Amino acid sequence: MSILVDSNTKVICQGFTGSQGTFHSKQAIEYGTNMVGGVTPGKGGQVHLGLPVFDTMQKAVDDTGAETSVIYVPAPFCKDSILEAAEAGIKLIVCITEGIPTLDMVVVKAKCDELGARLIGPNCPGVITPGQCKVGIMPGYIHQPGKVGIVSRSGTLTYEAVKQTSDHGYGQSSCVGIGGDPVPGSGFIDILGMFEKDPQTEAIVMIGEIGGTAEEEAAGFIKECISKPVVAYIAGVTAPAGKRMGHAGAIISGGKGTADEKFEALDEAGVITVRSLAEIGLGLAKTGN
Amino acid sequence: MNLHEYQAKQLFADYGLPVCKGIVVDDAEKVAGAIEDIGGKKWMVKVQVHAGGRGKAGGVKCVHDAEEARAFAQQWLGKNLITYQTDAKGQPVSKILVEACTAISQELYLGAVIDRSSCRIVFMASLEGGVEIEQVAAKRPEKILKTFIDPLTGPQSSQGRELALGLELEGDQINQFIELFLGLAKLFQDLDLSLLEINPLVITSEGNLQCLDGKINIDGNALYRQPKLQEMADPSQDDDREVLAAHWDLNYVALDGNIGCMVNGAGLAMGTMDIIQLHGGKPANFLDVGGGTTKERVTEAFKIILSDENVVTVLVNIFGGIVRCDLIAEGVIGAVEEVGVEIPVVVRLEGNNSELGCEVLDNSDLNIIVASSLAEAAELSVSLAEDAL
Repeated sequence: MSILVDSNTKVICQGFTGSQGTFHSKQAIEYGTNMVGGVTPGKGGQVHLGLPVFDTMQKAVDDTGAETSVIYVPAPFCKDSILEAAEAGIKLIVCITEGIPTLDMVVVKAKCDELGARLIGPNCPGVITPGQCKVGIMPGYIHQPGKVGIVSRSGTLTYEAVKQTSDHGYGQSSCVGIGGDPVPGSGFIDILGMFEKDPQTEAIVMIGEIGGTAEEEAAGFIKECISKPVVAYIAGVTAPAGKRMGHAGAIISGGKGTADEKFEALDEAGVITVRSLAEIGLGLAKTGN
Repeated sequence: MNLHEYQAKQLFADYGLPVCKGIVVDDAEKVAGAIEDIGGKKWMVKVQVHAGGRGKAGGVKCVHDAEEARAFAQQWLGKNLITYQTDAKGQPVSKILVEACTAISQELYLGAVIDRSSCRIVFMASLEGGVEIEQVAAKRPEKILKTFIDPLTGPQSSQGRELALGLELEGDQINQFIELFLGLAKLFQDLDLSLLEINPLVITSEGNLQCLDGKINIDGNALYRQPKLQEMADPSQDDDREVLAAHWDLNYVALDGNIGCMVNGAGLAMGTMDIIQLHGGKPANFLDVGGGTTKERVTEAFKIILSDENVVTVLVNIFGGIVRCDLIAEGVIGAVEEVGVEIPVVVRLEGNNSELGCEVLDNSDLNIIVASSLAEAAELSVSLAEDAL
């Protein structure tokens, strides 16, 4: 078991023939992901990386039966691509692209919810179930099949957490990057709920950062609904207020969204918090598993 | 991206929303002409900077004749205004807004942001105008009225009416407010705003609504489709190094410590700053060099970090996911040579080909110290920074 994706997941790539789509699809195929084709408007009927190219998502879904898509198209076109995937019946849409206008995401999020499509990202590394399926840009080789579920707002911080769980011999059940944007398709709570239900996941690592109140809301949810041990790290204790720290969503505004508030809420919910990024693995050791 | 008050009010006027007549000047000798054009007996003169708290800092004044207005402009143009929201240096003043003086009977608050929890635009209104809304939100959250815009159906008059009644408006004020609400919601969406604030929104002594101040932030991700707003950018209000970094597609934020940081990934860059502090040091900056870490970008990043004279050592922290660490190592060596970096550089490489990358660094004759772990890198850079003092 795992969450979101496994060896049976059929994946379509949107923006398949572009440089990013090509590079990461190649890596995904090498990893063993069940890629079944891609979409690039105007290139339908061609073959790319040994897989069929379609003009539209509807045609791709009809011909391959795929229920998952991964999006590498440039930011100005992502709203269209995500909506096209959701309308075509895709159930899991993973959008890697950074820089999508927030108001585009506001519409996309409402529409995906209405259509019952799960959106992961944007501005994220994607989703991986080690040894089975890699949907995104994360380096496959640092992962090991195992029992820790990882959910994170940051790409490179996810890799740090993955490496530490691998080094400590725990491995990962699935890793989900929910992305660094202010309006993400899925939040901590969505993914925490899935890890709770997944029998393979024995402990959860949650990586947050400054900005918004998603971590505080997650803390409330953990207290109520999560029985598995959770280790959390929050980045940005030293970040000044009012400054956007790289990610569009990483900003302390109106005195809200500080790392200290988030740590406090998580501590109160019984989460094992680590103040040093280098101690995520040690935090897991404290869970006693 | 932020706008000045005069720019926000120009946009309000473009959308037919109530603002008083105003003229922006960049020369003290033009103030008298502006006052004549506006007419009346009293005027407000307001310095234009990207910071709140202008009034308390002396940057806003009610003047009674042209000479008083000219003296105000003379006093501020070319100077910096320091408020509780700026750093110690303050923000440079290059423009003054001259406005008719509005007779006020009541001050209200109206604002809008993208609410991250509901993933919608939320409008907030309060009877407690003119004060810091964050303080109202913290102490008396029940005093803030809210309405959420459904992205699939858009703003409705009924939502505006609800807020108007909550603000205890009467008669024609209610319709004025509904028009204002619908106009601002359209402006918010048309122009890709991330924040909009009218504080205060006033009821004039004649009983009409008027936007007395205007604050607008624009979503940086959407600037590509807002050419008119791009022209409104005022880089003089931003940190020089941040402007230069943006030119190279680097994310840089200046801090007040002495350990320069160069990291790939925004989250890891914050995590690196935090671990420096945890080991007793002080980070000098946030810097995300991004995924495709090339020699050229690393070189520019070093130049920006070193332009901060407080920096006594640099910590480079790279998790090479897909990019190869040996290539990054060569990039770092090339950059250190090209820029002529004289202070010690601590490098932590992890991920793809990291062992080879460390070997490449070890074999260079440069002042580069390879750390075997993130904790060690933090400890090393903190002790180097202490030695340098």
